Amino acid sequence: MSDTTHHIVSYRTYGLILLLLLVLTAISVAVTQIELSRWATLVALLLASTKSAIVLGVFMHLKFDQRVYKVMAIFVVLVMTAVIVLTFIDYGFR
Amino acid sequence: MTESVAHHDAHRDDEGSKLGIWLFIFTELLFFGGLFVTYAVYRYENRQAFHLAAEQLDVTIGTINTVILLISSMTIAMSTTAIQKKDKRTTLILIGITLLLALVFLVNKYFEWSAKFDHGIWPGSPLMEELGRGDTLFFGLYFFMTGLHALHIIIGMILIAVILVRVRKDKITFDNFQLLENGGLYWHLVDLIWIFLFPLFYLIN
Repeated sequence: MSDTTHHIVSYRTYGLILLLLLVLTAISVAVTQIELSRWATLVALLLASTKSAIVLGVFMHLKFDQRVYKVMAIFVVLVMTAVIVLTFIDYGFR
Repeated sequence: MTESVAHHDAHRDDEGSKLGIWLFIFTELLFFGGLFVTYAVYRYENRQAFHLAAEQLDVTIGTINTVILLISSMTIAMSTTAIQKKDKRTTLILIGITLLLALVFLVNKYFEWSAKFDHGIWPGSPLMEELGRGDTLFFGLYFFMTGLHALHIIIGMILIAVILVRVRKDKITFDNFQLLENGGLYWHLVDLIWIFLFPLFYLIN
């Protein structure tokens, strides 16, 4: 046990985070219902990414855990980004 | 010497256990990531059809299920707080609520899929064959990805049910709750995947 005892996250923090996630969900539904046409998908994806970052950080404790988990998570996100970018470079230039 | 042998069973490595579940979560993310890339490419090639097909999906049910999963993520996260505060009763209640919400999610999914079947929409249905390639791809991906996600919900429910029993039997306690935390991490993964499934399938107009 090299690290100190577990960080106990308060009920209040979890409650506030849920509230924030619900607000972001409401925004993404609202944005796509109003015709913003081409930007709607981008906005919805940005909101989804924000929501995931919040879930990973607080609910999944990346913010409070040892740094190694955060580094690995960032690495996975980078791998995914690289795959998506490469795929679209491929399809975009066919 | 005999003492250490006697306590051999008591050895545990919480950090190693957590690292294990995280590695599993990463493989799951890349697995679904591949499906999302597939979705992105087909949508790029069949923009019009995807938009029209997506209008068949029920935004209300999708939104309700999003809210349900977000709340269940909070309750399972709160249960690790409760167990650390040695509050077994609250821990059990929170885990119970999580299970209940997971069940409600599946019931909604059942009604949603039934409505699709009633409209003649399922992979390989006669209607699907009349519709174009874009619709077939959209609904194929829709059924496969939300179905695979639902399978993860079912597995999560089994895992959380096991955890519930172990908390009740005091196998999981304030100083030994890694299984609860790992179960929670898995449950958040299920939530994470849904966070992307929801806008990509339900919110394209």
